Amino acid sequence: MADAALFEFLHTEMVAELGAHHSDPGPGVSAGVWGEKVGSGGGQKMSLSVLEGMGFRVGQALGERLPQETLAFREELDILKFLCRDLWVAVFQKQMDSLRTNHQGTYVLQDNSFPLLIRMASGLQYLEEAPKFLAFTCGLLRGTLCILGIKSLVTASVASLPTCKFQVVIQKT
Amino acid sequence: MSRPAHRRPEYHKINKDLFVLTYGALVAQLCKDYEKDEDVNKYLDKMGYGIGTRLVEDFLARSCVRRCHSYSEITDIIAQVAFKMYLGITPSVTCNNSSRTEFSLILDKNPLVEFVEELPAGRSSLSYCNLLCGIIRGALEMVHLAADVTFLQDRLKGDRVTEIGITFLRKLDEKKYRRKK
Repeated sequence: MADAALFEFLHTEMVAELGAHHSDPGPGVSAGVWGEKVGSGGGQKMSLSVLEGMGFRVGQALGERLPQETLAFREELDILKFLCRDLWVAVFQKQMDSLRTNHQGTYVLQDNSFPLLIRMASGLQYLEEAPKFLAFTCGLLRGTLCILGIKSLVTASVASLPTCKFQVVIQKT
Repeated sequence: MSRPAHRRPEYHKINKDLFVLTYGALVAQLCKDYEKDEDVNKYLDKMGYGIGTRLVEDFLARSCVRRCHSYSEITDIIAQVAFKMYLGITPSVTCNNSSRTEFSLILDKNPLVEFVEELPAGRSSLSYCNLLCGIIRGALEMVHLAADVTFLQDRLKGDRVTEIGITFLRKLDEKKYRRKK
């Protein structure tokens, strides 16, 4: 669908540009978003947090536009199932392939062919690049969860392209 | 039988909104990174250029347009096929000079600014949609056409309409581009 293509092109360009752009932290050492020291080695972290932050704001905005019935969820698990089915279909035209939980606030969402990784060769070749392509989506999940009343930390990992796992850890306030 | 989830109207809107919202987040981030409006504009144009060089392949694969014989035809296709396909709008086209190398696309509706009421404070020279200019320029370059693409009018700046000007320069690599018989 053409709309999805436009988002994918924009996302790819953002990863390429913001990644390169933010990897030079400038003179001196400054504090990153999570208080980490950002020096020459921290450049990568800074650009990932910029992408994640943008994803977070977009996730919040999307969350505010969800149909009314989604706001009536009672259980945390229902919300995660909603993310895996409805949100993922709305955003990526497919459902998440699996959802696992330890029933203690940690969820692992697995996508076996994540659309934003599909264009990269499959297998292990571009593994190093993969985190840059996942940062925005981690933020997106975190932002939507925020609007649905859940504070979380979302990280992603790739063992082999284009399969990736999103780990959602609920933060108890 | 209920409709499959991705065809439900509210989810279609989420998909459209995703691009528009992401674009808004990008502009906001660039405004943080650059103090001067012209730097943000340049950066948006540069990113658009990168997107355009790749988007043109996607466009040609989806649209099966036939070979064009004039700048006028090309501009019509940009307005009536490409804009329609990717943004769901059809700008009107006007030709601005007798040698038929300068054109304008008049955007009546603009989905990119759906959630933008006015330019941010202190950003009166920001060309909010400058990504579009870069996209058009990059796409044209991939089919061996050099063009200047810029916003001539912008509703967000108080103009009556939003107008993109396309000025075709020369064909790139003209010797190489001559059709082989």
